[in-house]
Amino acid sequence: MENAKGKVFKYGDNVDTDVIIPARYLNSSDPAELATHCMEDIDKDFVKNVGKGDIIVATKNFGCGSSREHAPIAIKAAGVSCVIAETFARIFYRNSINIGLPIIECKEAAEEIKAGDEVEVDFDSGVIKDITTGKEFKGQAFPPFMQEIIDAGGLVNRINSKA
Amino acid sequence: MGMTMSQKILARAAGLPKVEAGQLIEANLNLVLGNDITSPVAIKEMSKMKVEGVFDKDKIAIVPDHFVPNKDIKSAEHCKCVREFAIKNDITNYFEVGEMGIEHALLPERGLTVPGDVIIGADSHTCTYGALGAFSTGVGSTDMAAGMATGKAWFKVPSAIRFNIVGKPSEWVSGKDVILHIIGMIGVDGALYKSMEFTGEGIKNLTMDDRFTIANMAIEAGGKNGIFPVDDIAISYLKEHTNKEYTVFEADADAEYDEEYTIDLSTLRPTVAFPHLPENTHTIDEINEMDDINIDQVVIGSCTNGRIDDMRIAAKILKGRHIKKGLRLIIIPATQKIYLQAMEEGLIKTFIEAGAVVSTPTCGPCLGGYMGILAEGERCVSTTNRNFVGRMGHVNSEIYLASPAVAAASAVTGKISDPFSLR
Repeated sequence: MENAKGKVFKYGDNVDTDVIIPARYLNSSDPAELATHCMEDIDKDFVKNVGKGDIIVATKNFGCGSSREHAPIAIKAAGVSCVIAETFARIFYRNSINIGLPIIECKEAAEEIKAGDEVEVDFDSGVIKDITTGKEFKGQAFPPFMQEIIDAGGLVNRINSKA
Repeated sequence: MGMTMSQKILARAAGLPKVEAGQLIEANLNLVLGNDITSPVAIKEMSKMKVEGVFDKDKIAIVPDHFVPNKDIKSAEHCKCVREFAIKNDITNYFEVGEMGIEHALLPERGLTVPGDVIIGADSHTCTYGALGAFSTGVGSTDMAAGMATGKAWFKVPSAIRFNIVGKPSEWVSGKDVILHIIGMIGVDGALYKSMEFTGEGIKNLTMDDRFTIANMAIEAGGKNGIFPVDDIAISYLKEHTNKEYTVFEADADAEYDEEYTIDLSTLRPTVAFPHLPENTHTIDEINEMDDINIDQVVIGSCTNGRIDDMRIAAKILKGRHIKKGLRLIIIPATQKIYLQAMEEGLIKTFIEAGAVVSTPTCGPCLGGYMGILAEGERCVSTTNRNFVGRMGHVNSEIYLASPAVAAASAVTGKISDPFSLR
């Protein structure tokens, strides 16, 4: 799996799916359209400032709330290459793996990495490197079963490859 | 070491004699659910799979409930997509406007969720059916697509937290107060990735509707599922609502729990979650000591609190009273059956005479869809399940989560109020 590398957007605890993609936009399921409202209710400048490959870092329980897959879809379509958090809400975690949005759990990285830092994530080793500060963190690597889904490019491809 | 109730259900569904926490399994599904927001994405994903059609047309439920009756053209397109899929695949349990209800109130009422089943739904509040002793959990659209195509889903077997319920609740204390109290105690990630198992002699003092409310909000503590043992109250509900065969599982006596809590219902007080997290709870006694919290709107409804018990409690408080001038009270019976029952019992008349509007079943305002959106600076007391920033409208609006009793009392006074204070 290719490394993620980009500039960090930093958030706190309990970033919920309602702020990631407000329900008023759920009358669409088009990734490009959803991306234009990504993080709107927590950071209205996010869409303006995010660039391809950028990384979201947050602390506890990222993606809590609704089961809307539109949340990881919007983040992925906005160009984000990885979300790093201390913990993820379980449905968001599942959805991200299923659609192929790379996510990684790491308490230290979530606490220490600052907004605007340049960060690189090596998914094979789980190493998160803050290029701005030179610090390295060891993230939680995926169990082999989940790695298999990610490597297949998501759950749909995995099912097709077994069919 | 023994298994928890959830683990026993998952073991059977995976065809294994035993499972343990952390183990990855593939389980057979008894029911796969989706709504008008999540199904269109699932249908698109399923179309990419090399499959002929759905695995079993009787084991899929599709309930357009979030933005129906269609709130705008885009929602209408979503509903059309879902309707066409349901017709094409001959989905038995597709519920059109007129026969539908909010999914998590509707499916148990239709007898589709029974003990021992493994159920996934592309809606986070799918955990509701644990009230009937099913293993039931929310997933996303791709999982729904895979479930519809294959009849299977992957799970990481959860560990569990046990809540030993004792005592009897006092008047105006209901399931909503129980679960808000628990979320206030353990936090919005207190049960992350875990089962919440509610047991103990006190559950006999909780009605089925109380239990649906409690299991419904397990997700608000981060839980994977919430589950109750199947006792006489559950069995009598099942007798009334289903012909489906079911299997009752009990947790082993030596099942291991990560944590155990005792909840004494007799000590609980009406509880309100302040903005912007369900864990920001205060008892009504604490609120009575605060400056008045004036409100603009009250919503009574949703998959959390739109059932007949909830309608009766609200009517009991609103009977012979009128809501505060200038406040909007929106009441949404969760299903057509509940709506009809409320009408036959005279509850709807009570609501309208009190100054409420009564809506056809919809999730509508709960997720800020329509039918009661908040303007900047407005405050709402709501019996719904989330009070996140912007959930019901403007990012600078506020939601206070409460029981139907507190919500109805607050509608009368125009400020967050103790139901006891109305006497």
